Amino acid sequence: MSTKTLKLLSDPLNLNNPITVQVLGICSALAVTVKLEPAVVMSLSVLFVLAFANVIISLLRNTIPSRIRIIVQLVVIAALVIIVDQVLKAYSYEVSKQLSVFVGLIITNCILMGRLEAFALGNKPWPSFLDGVGNAAGYSIILIIVAFFRELFGSGSIWGIQIIPDSFYDFGYVNNGLMILPPMALIIVAIIIWVQRSKTRELIETN
Amino acid sequence: MDTNGNLYTFIYASVLVIVVAAALSFTALKLQPIQNMNVKNEKMQNILASVHIESTAKTANNVFEKYITKSFVVNSKGEEIKGKAAFDINLKQEYKKDTEQRELPLYEATLEDGTIKLIIPLTGKGLWGPIWGYVALESDMNTLYGAVFDHKGETPGLGADINKDWFQKPFTGKTIFEDGKLIGIRVHKGGKGAALAANDTEHGVDAISGGTITSKALEAMIFDCISSYKTYLENNKK
Repeated sequence: MSTKTLKLLSDPLNLNNPITVQVLGICSALAVTVKLEPAVVMSLSVLFVLAFANVIISLLRNTIPSRIRIIVQLVVIAALVIIVDQVLKAYSYEVSKQLSVFVGLIITNCILMGRLEAFALGNKPWPSFLDGVGNAAGYSIILIIVAFFRELFGSGSIWGIQIIPDSFYDFGYVNNGLMILPPMALIIVAIIIWVQRSKTRELIETN
Repeated sequence: MDTNGNLYTFIYASVLVIVVAAALSFTALKLQPIQNMNVKNEKMQNILASVHIESTAKTANNVFEKYITKSFVVNSKGEEIKGKAAFDINLKQEYKKDTEQRELPLYEATLEDGTIKLIIPLTGKGLWGPIWGYVALESDMNTLYGAVFDHKGETPGLGADINKDWFQKPFTGKTIFEDGKLIGIRVHKGGKGAALAANDTEHGVDAISGGTITSKALEAMIFDCISSYKTYLENNKK
C-alpha cells in the first residue's frame, strides 16, 4: 500500500479526525456514548454504512446530476441503513434491538454526507472505500473513549459489568450523574481535543 | 452526455427511486418470516422469564410448551372468552377499546414443583416509546412471583435499565392489593434504598435514578393493566 492510500486510513485517526478536528458527527457522539456497548455497535454500523455508501457514490459519481446529488446521496445512505437494519432484525435480533434507536442517527450523521460530498464524488471506488473506513475508525475511536469514561464514572461499570466495587459505595462513593447527561460528552470531547492539540503542534492555528 | 439536463435529471431520479424501492421491498419481504419468528420467540422468552425460567431463542418454543400449560382470554368481568388464542392477541389494540370490550390474554405456568403461577401481560407508554412486560402472580393473586419489563427506546443507562435484572428482581414478593384494594406496585424516586426509606417494603421498589419518567410510566402501566384483570383476580384467589 502506498503512502498516499495509507494516509487515507491514518489521517482521520488523528490529523483530520472527523470529530475532534472537523467537528462533524458530534450529535451522535452525545447520544450513544452513555454506555460502551451501544457506542461500539454504532461505530460498527457507521463503518459499514460509510464504507459502502462511499463506494456506491464513487461508482455513480460520473452519472449523478449535480443538482440532485445531495438527494441521491441521502437515498443511498438511507437504503443501506434500512437494509442493514432489516438483516440484523432477521439474523441478529439482539444487536438490532441495541441498534434500533440509532438507525435514524446514522442517516443524519454529518460525517456520512460530508465524506460522500467531499471525497466519494471526486475519487475512484477503492480510495473512497479506504476513506470511508478511515473516517469511520476516527469517529469510532473518539466515541469509544468518550463512552469508556462516561460509563465508568456515570454507572460504575464497563460493558455493563460493574467495575467499581460495592465497598466503595459503602464508603459513600456516588456515581456521577452528570456523566450520564449529554453536556458531559461535550466536555470529554473538549478534553480530548485539548490533549490532541497539545500533542500535535501542527493542529494549532498560527494567528 | 449532459448530466445536468432536465430530462436526464428526471429519468435519473425516477430510476434511482424505483431501483432502491424494489431492493428494499425485496429485502423486507424475504426477511419478514424470520423476523416474525424472532419476535414470537422473544415474546415466549419474556413470558417464561417472568416465572424465572431461562430459555434461548432456539429452545423457547419447546420450553414454552412444557411450562405454559394454559393460555386463555378473559373479559373485564373476569369471564373466560372461548375460542380465542391468547398468544395472538395484540394487547395494545385491546387497551384502546372500552374496558367492557377488551379481550385480555392470560397465561398459566405450571412449574417443576407443581405450583401454578398466573402471568399477566402489560403494555404502556414510556418516555420515548412503548414499554411492556409480564408479571407472574402466586395463586393468592396478590403476591408477585416475578416480573420482566422491556422497552423500545428508553434512554440507555437510565430508563433503558428497566429490562435489567437488578431492577426487576426486587418486584418478587411484593403485593399488589392492600386491604382488598388494588394499589399495584409503587416506584420510589431516589435511587437505591428509596423504597426502604419511604417505609414501603410491601408494595414499593426503587426507581432508576435519572430515569424517573420511565419508572413512573412503568408504575402506571402495572396499575392500569392489572386493573383490567381485577375482577378475575378477585374471583380466582385461593
